[in-house]
Amino acid sequence: MVDEVVLLDLWASMFGMRVRIALAEKGVKYEYMEDDWRNKSDLLLKMNPLHKKVPVLIHNGKPVCESLIIVQYIDEVWKDKSPLLPSDPYQRAQARFWADFVDNKVYGVSRRVWATKGEEQEAAKQEFFEIFKILEGELGDKPYFGGETFGFVDIALVTFYSWFYVYETFGKFSIEAECPTIIAWAKRCMQKESVAKTLPDQKKVLESLLSS
Amino acid sequence: MGEELKLHGAWISPFVYRVIWALKLKGVPYEYIEEDLSNKSPLLLKYNPVHKKVPALVHAGKPICESMIIVEYIEETWPQYPLLPIDPYERAMARFWVKFAEEKGDAVWALFRTSGEEQEKAMKGTLEMLKTIEEHSPDAKKFFGGDKIGIVDIAFGAIGYWLGVVEELLGVALFEAHAFPRLHAWLKNFTEAPKIKENLPGRDELVVFVRSWRAERLLASQN
Repeated sequence: MVDEVVLLDLWASMFGMRVRIALAEKGVKYEYMEDDWRNKSDLLLKMNPLHKKVPVLIHNGKPVCESLIIVQYIDEVWKDKSPLLPSDPYQRAQARFWADFVDNKVYGVSRRVWATKGEEQEAAKQEFFEIFKILEGELGDKPYFGGETFGFVDIALVTFYSWFYVYETFGKFSIEAECPTIIAWAKRCMQKESVAKTLPDQKKVLESLLSS
Repeated sequence: MGEELKLHGAWISPFVYRVIWALKLKGVPYEYIEEDLSNKSPLLLKYNPVHKKVPALVHAGKPICESMIIVEYIEETWPQYPLLPIDPYERAMARFWVKFAEEKGDAVWALFRTSGEEQEKAMKGTLEMLKTIEEHSPDAKKFFGGDKIGIVDIAFGAIGYWLGVVEELLGVALFEAHAFPRLHAWLKNFTEAPKIKENLPGRDELVVFVRSWRAERLLASQN
């Protein structure tokens, strides 16, 4: 049976990018369908009725929602190549913990950095760096969050790198100045084909935001 | 596995109970350490430096944090009494509902500590969450996990039981049997299951504790 894999997504979604990286790492062929955030498609509303959000992976007609859940699903289905999660249960728990941390902390604060002004923005900027400093601490001097190989936490976080220019422009700060280790890590990830081919150009993301 | 297993918890915490249920269902022995949440032990802060919260499961000296992540760790380490299906799609569905419980469950926790407009919002959120889960509730006598308790039952079970506590505390009826018949039947089934029934904090004791905790908080926020 030939696998039918469809991805409902938005090109600038850092959540969708996670799925694209995972699929690329595994060499899975899929059909990419760009949705319209201003006018959600019938297919999206049918495949993700609860949250009505991308990304949605549709595998042989069955939808899987929530980016990190999709990445774990991809890892379990296409398990013969490029493992995305470690095999040891303790390492897996650590990977899930940090990916969870990224989900709960990074998205919210990043949004506030570019979407708010004044005092609220200043507070967001401070929190942004506190969170990234914690992440830098966890990375330490490892090449990737998972250690020697690119994995689950790297996938969870690196997609935000495509939005860094947005945060820096609106927040009027330099992420490299405060968190050089994070930038070095992101650039290391960008040397991987799956990441380089997935992440849109940072300037393109800013332009798109400004023109929307 | 004969390695040391310790659970740092607090008897009032729904998140801690999720871990207890997973361990009890699998028959895994562990040492329980009660934490005073108003005076957290240096050990807890060492094991959970990022969130400084219970539960923290420590296996052979290595800590795992966040209740549902701990439950997945327990599942992967002790395979007896499986809490997750084998099929990857079914697993993804189970994880989806666990995430739903984590996100929407916040409305229930907010009921404990908020008042006024914020609390109204939390009540609305709670009802919306219940409506959604009701639609996806299992058939009579079954669990979200099928014939046996699974990871989704554990995730929702904590929310369901503690919702009863906050209803009594506030004198409101949110989770009414006539509005949510299937979910009501499921919760009754869940809380009467042998390994769960023996491992629930007393509801009256919880109400007493939360009542005084809430009064203290409101007083503190007024000063």
